[in-house]
Amino acid sequence: MIAHAIFFYTFSLIAVVSAIMVTASKNTVHSVFFLILDFISISCLFIMIGAEFLGMIMLIVYVGAVAVLFLFVVMMLNVAQQKNQWFAGKQSSKHIPVGLIISTLIFVEVIIVIGGWKYKPEIFDINNSLASKSVSNTHSLGQVLYTDYIHVFQISGMILLVAMVGAIVLTFRQRSGVKKQSYIKQISRERAEGVEVLEVQSNKGVKIDD
Amino acid sequence: MTEIGLGHYLTLGAVIFSIGIIGIFLNRKNIIVILMSIELILLAVNINLVAFSIYLGDLAGQVFTLFILTVAAAEAAIGLAIIVVYFRNSGTIRVEEIDKLKG
Repeated sequence: MIAHAIFFYTFSLIAVVSAIMVTASKNTVHSVFFLILDFISISCLFIMIGAEFLGMIMLIVYVGAVAVLFLFVVMMLNVAQQKNQWFAGKQSSKHIPVGLIISTLIFVEVIIVIGGWKYKPEIFDINNSLASKSVSNTHSLGQVLYTDYIHVFQISGMILLVAMVGAIVLTFRQRSGVKKQSYIKQISRERAEGVEVLEVQSNKGVKIDD
Repeated sequence: MTEIGLGHYLTLGAVIFSIGIIGIFLNRKNIIVILMSIELILLAVNINLVAFSIYLGDLAGQVFTLFILTVAAAEAAIGLAIIVVYFRNSGTIRVEEIDKLKG
């Protein structure tokens, strides 16, 4: 139990500090790296409290896909060199007190809710699907995911499809002045427009392009 | 103090959620950092769901965490595509200079 506490405080300290550094660091590339560190420490927490499958999926999806996508866009747009101070914008001074007040209020509200929360087991009508420890976390999650939640699962697949199509449509563009093969033009060529048969008179040769 | 309960995880989620909101409000750099703050907020929600799921013994929280993960990935892809298109059209993604809608 003491090891649990030590690991929890270590990982959560790393997570909180790196979350602060995501918003506070001046370089955007550093922000992405701190975001990756944040995801990794949170997935370590997930693995530690027994949600191994979600921890691993978190590593794969967030660190492997989303954060690398962020890094890719940051490097492609070349905004890493925008050295702008955190509090030094021209019109930013009026946003800062409002933002601090609102976020502090939200934090205080959530803490009040957590502090006043009591767990009464008879209130919740839950099926104790985690109670049987004979199967692993991944096994039980798969048993629930493909049976009870199959419609939600398929809808999430549709969301991913729509996101993919939307991202492709948004970033697709046709440039002018680029030499490209057009298959439909190549296939639909007829003999009449490609070949011309000329009567060649002797000792005259053929004049092309007149 | 050494007994780690549900409240510890919920407090961690609350702290990360608040940091994400602070990052949205106080950001003066480019809009990518705002997207990263939104990812932080979704991460905090995931922490809450997984902690409740483990401590209540109900698997529904972890299933919904999977769906939130899906939605977060889709949102990041669409948001970054919009940012790329905006940068291509206007040449900047600084928050101060994005004022075409005069909001």
